[in-house]
Amino acid sequence: MDAAQNIAHEIQHDLESDGDQFLTFILAGEEYGVDILRVQEIKGWDSVTPIPNTPEYIRGVINLRGTIVPIIDLRRRFQLETVEYGPMTVVIVLRVENPDGGKGRVMGLVVDAVSDVYNVPEGTIKAAPDFGSVVDVNFVKGLATLEDVMVIILDIDRLLNADELSVVVEIT
Amino acid sequence: MSIDMEQFKVTFVEESLEGLDIMESVLLDMNPGAADAEAIDNIFRAAHSIKGGAATFGLGDIANFTHVVETLLDEVRNGDRDITQDAIVLFLSSVDCIREMLSADQNGEAIDQAHIEQVKAGLDKMLGSEQECETDSEKDNAATSSATEDSGWEIIFKPFPGMLRTGNDVVRMFRELAGLGDFTAVADTEKLPPVVDMDPEEAYLSWHITLHGEIGKAQISEIFEWVEDDCELEILPLDGDKTESAVNDVTEENSPVDLQVESPPPERRAEEDQRQQPARKTASPESSSIRVGIDKVDDLINMVGELVITQSMLSQLGEDFDMSRVERLNDGLAELERNTRELQESVMRIRMLPISFAFNRFPRMVHDLSAKLDKKIELTMSGEQTELDKTVMEKIGDPLVHLVRNSVDHGIESPEARKAAGKPETGVVNLNAYHQGGNIIIEINDDGAGLNYEKILAKAIERGLVGANEELPEEKVYELLFEPGFSTADVVSDVSGRGVGMDVVKRNIMALGGRVDVKSVPGEGSTFTIRLPLTLAILDGQLVRVGNNTYIIPLVSIVESLLVDQKNVNEIAGKAEVYQLRSDYLPIIRLYEVFGIEPDHRSLDNGLLVVVEGDSKKGGLLVDELLGQQQVVIKSLETNFRRVEGLSGATILGDGTVALIVDVAGVVRLSREDGRCSDEQIAAA
Repeated sequence: MDAAQNIAHEIQHDLESDGDQFLTFILAGEEYGVDILRVQEIKGWDSVTPIPNTPEYIRGVINLRGTIVPIIDLRRRFQLETVEYGPMTVVIVLRVENPDGGKGRVMGLVVDAVSDVYNVPEGTIKAAPDFGSVVDVNFVKGLATLEDVMVIILDIDRLLNADELSVVVEIT
Repeated sequence: MSIDMEQFKVTFVEESLEGLDIMESVLLDMNPGAADAEAIDNIFRAAHSIKGGAATFGLGDIANFTHVVETLLDEVRNGDRDITQDAIVLFLSSVDCIREMLSADQNGEAIDQAHIEQVKAGLDKMLGSEQECETDSEKDNAATSSATEDSGWEIIFKPFPGMLRTGNDVVRMFRELAGLGDFTAVADTEKLPPVVDMDPEEAYLSWHITLHGEIGKAQISEIFEWVEDDCELEILPLDGDKTESAVNDVTEENSPVDLQVESPPPERRAEEDQRQQPARKTASPESSSIRVGIDKVDDLINMVGELVITQSMLSQLGEDFDMSRVERLNDGLAELERNTRELQESVMRIRMLPISFAFNRFPRMVHDLSAKLDKKIELTMSGEQTELDKTVMEKIGDPLVHLVRNSVDHGIESPEARKAAGKPETGVVNLNAYHQGGNIIIEINDDGAGLNYEKILAKAIERGLVGANEELPEEKVYELLFEPGFSTADVVSDVSGRGVGMDVVKRNIMALGGRVDVKSVPGEGSTFTIRLPLTLAILDGQLVRVGNNTYIIPLVSIVESLLVDQKNVNEIAGKAEVYQLRSDYLPIIRLYEVFGIEPDHRSLDNGLLVVVEGDSKKGGLLVDELLGQQQVVIKSLETNFRRVEGLSGATILGDGTVALIVDVAGVVRLSREDGRCSDEQIAAA
């Protein structure tokens, strides 16, 4: 058992020194990254059941093997120009941790296309400047430059946590 | 050894609580003076396993306390003591104490030490009043005082012949003892038979052990914990000034017992019960495990077996299929449907528990309340084996408590009043449960004075709920009881009368998709009838279509469906629309407007109106098409999303798409908020 623990520690250590892995996707020409350990699956866009009286960026819910999963259009969430969904349009299904320590939730993000998986060495992620971008700085963990591309690393827990959703609902 | 004891502890707590329930119900059935040996055995067994379990999990307080209870019970069991009314009361409060200690441990709360000490003193007093126990407290003093300063113990350990068969290993116990201090054991081989006569599984030896070191008596007792009933055990301090020591003498660390301590006076105890009750309620979280009868599981396994057979039959059929075999395919599919339905039903049955789980608390409650209120009340129960969903059961408990309290407090009159009215002095409160269709009906009936129509109406007029000259039918008047803050009690008592409660009762029952009705006959009593769906997991739904969307309206809330006849439509203030249905005016709720979606038809003419009732408010939902009716499995939107106004959940349809379930009351509310129809406008029509 100790041996197994040691191995687990080593693996953990290796992973840590190598930094985390991020899945990146394209949204309106920019590349965004999310922690790959949070990604549950990637599926093509399929029709959803719209939910009345919810903000426009919540496209609706789908049946993911018996559980009801809400689908959020990230373009609309960031108030970017909307596009027709095409063959490249995908839904990234993510596990969102509850900051209060409650049960996590599963949500889907509609993005233009998936891009790549990067190893991001520790220390490469720089704090995001207040870049007056369309994306609220609160939702950005940092910026990482990898192989000449800049990746915006998203904080999905903040982006998708319930309070945020309900606050927006109240405004609309 | 690193076994995760926590997982067993959950089971222990559950089992102990069950044990306490058993003790309580047996005690309540018991008649003073005539102790039924089997009943005493039941209580004793429950207490004994709680004690053993508590000690295993290091809950010394509970073990000690239960030990005292057990000692007393033992005397009753052996016929050394009669079971008196006092003893029953004392045992009941002991049950409360143990329950309190358990929940305190579970929730990490502080224990009400004073209360427990009080009960314990009561127990000790009762024990002490018996001649043989006179030395008990004295000896305990000696034991506790010498326990720490003394330099060792003398243990006389004489196993009964059968001890080894229970799996206890003397060698292991000795090894543990040796771990405590300087250990010497002298074996007594006197009883050892010649080798030819020897039964290898019998215990023939006994030991005289001396143990030197700074050891607490509790540590030694713990080692002998599991064998104490199978041996003769004496643990004496080495200086040995006391020679008499009882068998089964385990830890008792209370200080000198003050024999003057009175058992608490009745009023005081009732008060304490009051105080404890809310605490106990919050302390018992809805448990997350379920005990299922083995027959239900067997059923399930059979069903799955059949399903597998059908599946293999179908796949065989599919391998080389041609149109000539379409008949057999249809048969197979029908079989599959039957299997699936049965499987679903048996899975649902697993969640079902007999309602006696909810009823069990009432004998005690009525017993205590009637003593407190000086009333004579008999509680009868029927249909305790009626099953309903565990979730529903957990949520119906509190409303039932309220209703039973009400019946006891307001319903049943005092013995004098009953006598004057020509009724027997003892009032009867009856709880009844039965199935009707897909519902469970729970009736709470009393043979008391009945509801006072005049008084309720007067109160309602006084509070402005009803116009001064309004004529109301009886049932409408009784419905007023469920208005928030409504109480007709002249005096606010501890039990009820503050007017909180009935509205909560109604709200909770509505939240479960049920309803509550009142019937009353003056002078003969009143009946509250609760109607609840059997389960919260499945509902009968009507599928309707609006534009491209399919929604599900729960069948229970649908009154009827009709085609709109334009001449019955009235507009109010150019905005709100009402539909005249016989003598009623219904607000027309355009579902597409409430949900903000695109419908097929906007015009009312020849539109379909589904008349629904939610929160006792009616409305007509305008939909495009009525699709089929089916049972749907309710999935929560909150698991991954949040609550949405106007929806009570979602379900997955046969084609795998998600359909939303309409929360009728919510939709009616939503349409009102939009200001399309308000009560005044409807009233004006």
